[in-house]
Amino acid sequence: MKTDDLITMLATGSGQESIVNPWRNLMLAIGFGTIGSTFLMVKAIPINPALGTVMQLLEFWEKLGFAASIAAISLLLVIRLSQPGVRVGKALPALMAPILAIWVLAGIAFAGAEPGQRAALFFGNTWKVCPFLITMLASPVFVASLWAMRDLAPTRLRVAGAAAGLFSGAVGAVVYCFHCPELDAPFIAFWYLLGMLIPALAGAVVGPKLLRW
Amino acid sequence: MPADVEDLVQESLLAIHNKRYTFDPSQPLGAWVYAIANYKLVDFLRRRGIRESLNESLENIGELFSHSNVEAAEARRDIMKLLDQLPEKQRMPIVHTKLEGLSVEEAAEKTGMSESAIKVGVHRGLKKLASLVSGR
Repeated sequence: MKTDDLITMLATGSGQESIVNPWRNLMLAIGFGTIGSTFLMVKAIPINPALGTVMQLLEFWEKLGFAASIAAISLLLVIRLSQPGVRVGKALPALMAPILAIWVLAGIAFAGAEPGQRAALFFGNTWKVCPFLITMLASPVFVASLWAMRDLAPTRLRVAGAAAGLFSGAVGAVVYCFHCPELDAPFIAFWYLLGMLIPALAGAVVGPKLLRW
Repeated sequence: MPADVEDLVQESLLAIHNKRYTFDPSQPLGAWVYAIANYKLVDFLRRRGIRESLNESLENIGELFSHSNVEAAEARRDIMKLLDQLPEKQRMPIVHTKLEGLSVEEAAEKTGMSESAIKVGVHRGLKKLASLVSGR
């Protein structure tokens, strides 16, 4: 087909199909992904039985705030990276803010602890499973957000995949907060972050393959 | 190769049409179109597996698009958007001396600013524009 014919066809709208707004799809995907991951948490690893008392502690909200702010910033990254020619801007440095905040809290906790207690602060009781459970809870959001991003137009596929992965990891961590009994900042600062980085890495690996359009 | 170029143009046009939801009207249109065309070119080269082309700097792909006579109009629209972000005393000197082609004296007369204020405005304004364009 000649280019001029193509332009005419596109301009006159022949062969028009009803297009679903892909942004709406992204939000739906995120919504269903989060529901899926909540369901997974309730079924596979039950809600923390002590949640009622734990929720009265500041540490719980620090943990939730850490995960939720990374989720919010990485969602912004996902949205920006899905639009051609839009700069990531300050979202990337902004991502460091919650991480630095939790590291500062971890540093304070370490500084205030007896040398013998520091290992307990860092490893808690569940360090072996924490990053993997977060990754597992991230998986519904991971699949859903990558699927929705295919209909948008990411141009830097590896970075876009990593952002989607990080977002799913952060949502997984938010959901995991309602199961996880750990409250110490040093534990959160390392193992939660690791749990979010595993899906981010996975996203960077599969992004160039899955997100092509 | 001309056939490849035509393929690429058509693919880019289709992509621009199909991905129109991803255009944010508050952003420069040129950057959006360019990013899509750039993506399609890179994708095309990758598919072809042309190693030489992949290793070459991507800067010279600009030549592919620069012969179009709509580019000037698009550039003008984008530059106006950028100029709007400058303060008045930087924007007016640039508009008069750089876009309308007036001399510094004429611009000074027209705006009622002093000649040195015009020069300083142009200098600072261009610097600001450069930083806006490079995104810093």
